[in-house]
Amino acid sequence: MQFYLFDNTYLGLLTAVFECFERREWSAVPVLHSQHHPSIFDQDRIIVTDEEKAKRVHDGLIQRCNKQQVNDFYRAFLSEDPQAWNALFKIIVQIFHRDSAILQNYGDTHILYYTQTLKKVSRERHRMKAFVRFEKSSDHLYYALIDPDFNVLPLVVDFFRKRYADQHWLIYDVKRNYGILYDQSTTQEVQLSKTEQKDLNTVGLHVSLDDTENKYQTLWQQYFKSTNIEARRNIKLHLQHVPKRYWKYLTEKRTTYIR
Amino acid sequence: MDRLQEKLKILADAAKYDVSCSSSGSKRKNNGGIGDASSSGICHTYTEDGRCVSLLKILLTNHCIYDCAFCVSRKSNDVKRAAFTVEEVVELTMNFYRRNYIEGLFLSSGIFKNADYTMERLLLIVKKLRSEQRYNGYIHLKTIPGASEELIKEAGLYVDRMSINLELPTEAGLKMLAPEKDHNAVRKPLAFVQQEIHALKSESKLIKHKPQFVPAGQSTQMVIGATPESDFEIMNVAQEFYKSYNLKRVYYSGYIPINNQNSLLPQIGSPPPLIRENRLYQTDWLLRFYDFQLEEILHSDFQQLDLDIDPKLSWALRNPQYFPIDINTSTYKEIIRIPGVGRQSALKIIRARQFGKLHEYQVIKMGIAFKRARHFMICADTPMRLGEQSMIAVKQQITGNSSTKQQQLISSVSQLTLF
Repeated sequence: MQFYLFDNTYLGLLTAVFECFERREWSAVPVLHSQHHPSIFDQDRIIVTDEEKAKRVHDGLIQRCNKQQVNDFYRAFLSEDPQAWNALFKIIVQIFHRDSAILQNYGDTHILYYTQTLKKVSRERHRMKAFVRFEKSSDHLYYALIDPDFNVLPLVVDFFRKRYADQHWLIYDVKRNYGILYDQSTTQEVQLSKTEQKDLNTVGLHVSLDDTENKYQTLWQQYFKSTNIEARRNIKLHLQHVPKRYWKYLTEKRTTYIR
Repeated sequence: MDRLQEKLKILADAAKYDVSCSSSGSKRKNNGGIGDASSSGICHTYTEDGRCVSLLKILLTNHCIYDCAFCVSRKSNDVKRAAFTVEEVVELTMNFYRRNYIEGLFLSSGIFKNADYTMERLLLIVKKLRSEQRYNGYIHLKTIPGASEELIKEAGLYVDRMSINLELPTEAGLKMLAPEKDHNAVRKPLAFVQQEIHALKSESKLIKHKPQFVPAGQSTQMVIGATPESDFEIMNVAQEFYKSYNLKRVYYSGYIPINNQNSLLPQIGSPPPLIRENRLYQTDWLLRFYDFQLEEILHSDFQQLDLDIDPKLSWALRNPQYFPIDINTSTYKEIIRIPGVGRQSALKIIRARQFGKLHEYQVIKMGIAFKRARHFMICADTPMRLGEQSMIAVKQQITGNSSTKQQQLISSVSQLTLF
């Protein structure tokens, strides 16, 4: 097997496509450098991420595909799934060989896997729009912790920026250890230290809550309980829509009782 | 529990039988304030009954001058009463919205004093939200039957969706359970708002900055199972309302018994008709998105939808002459008629077959319900069938080898009715 070892960035993956054409190594498989275990039977090539090369691939894609399709390549990349990366890599190579029409060939294994991955990422992105629960701190920062299945935070920034344009907010991905901070005009990426992260989780150390925060959390829990129709109880459906792994960040599910 | 929490408890509880939850269809932008409408809508959470929570759905008050037998807030019912102040509704909406709990507000009300007095209060709330709070999130407002056209027209300038419930599918049912109401009181405001939307549309080609008027359109709701209408009657009414008032949605709400005082109604303890409700929604979808005519699914000799199978499968079993459909040569319209094949899968099939004939192993992975679909379609490698297959045998194969929860439910329901 011919492995291309890249650095977990989208630009790195696009650079790999460039190298593949330069060396005419069509059977190359992209893998993460950090997770690769070398074997004497494999040929490994280390891909050094190169913005110039990545940009040429990206420009090529813009010429051959529509805007939505180009965005989708990036979205599928955010799945952090090696099999999806391989499918994406093969598809981009194919598009340069032929054209973007191949994206509709759902009978093909790579295309189908890519399409299904896109759907999963898009579902997770939608979930984050729905499941983010802001808490208001005493210095008027609305902050939320998330832990999504895929790295979808970059895909929802625009949504939150437009919607909550007049409030300070922070959405922090605890699994990937970065967040987006918005100050009513611009967004920026931030990284918290371990202790700072802990403070967000255990309120009272550095972050103190706004006086009204508890009141509205209680009211929301009350609403959640009262709007339920007991005669229609359907826990299976409930769990299907609100899987348990999200509960710890959902105000209405965090406690089963009302304080 | 503080007073606001108690009010929320009472007035959310009283509003929850209105099943409309949609927050879609509006494209309102955030211009210098807070909030916008997501055109596809967002469900922020789901209650333990599996229903989506998108909007803060509350009544302004559950005091009501009417005494409709099916309604939990009717005058003669012995329940706790409460009323929000205008400020309280605004405060709840804004604080829930800013924490990303909700997409917006769904505001309804019992009728106190008279229709206009009630409508004025509702209007005051939506005006305050839009002007004082500079709130651009979603607002669904119930039109109060009998309110003046001026008030309705003004409200339409602030809200995204308006709705007014038919309550019961037929006039006869309404006479029986809510003698103070009639369908005309529903038709009139629906028609009025529809005219205003239409007028604005034809006018707006000339105006650059047109005002938004009910941009997400209108909807209505019928209670199912409180009165003895057949599915055919219900769908006929729904279709007529879709056509006459260009509705975005008709909701079907399975009746949940709330009292034993009226012997005409199902009594407490009888289960809500959840499967029937589901079948009505499936029929509604077939009519709106799958190009079916109502007469194909229901007609005077076939008035009740099957409970054990979905309406598309039911239609297919009664019409074997259309099958099997060859997915490599048939049109999109034909392919979406195959039971177990949805619109998304049909589109995939149409696109993918340009690259070569499709085989079973390929379509299985595209997300179709193959167990159902395989009896009605031909792929490139489907073996030839000799003679016509018996549709009775097909139904047995589809329903027989799975003991679904629905079947268990149906059998338990039919057992109950024996006694």
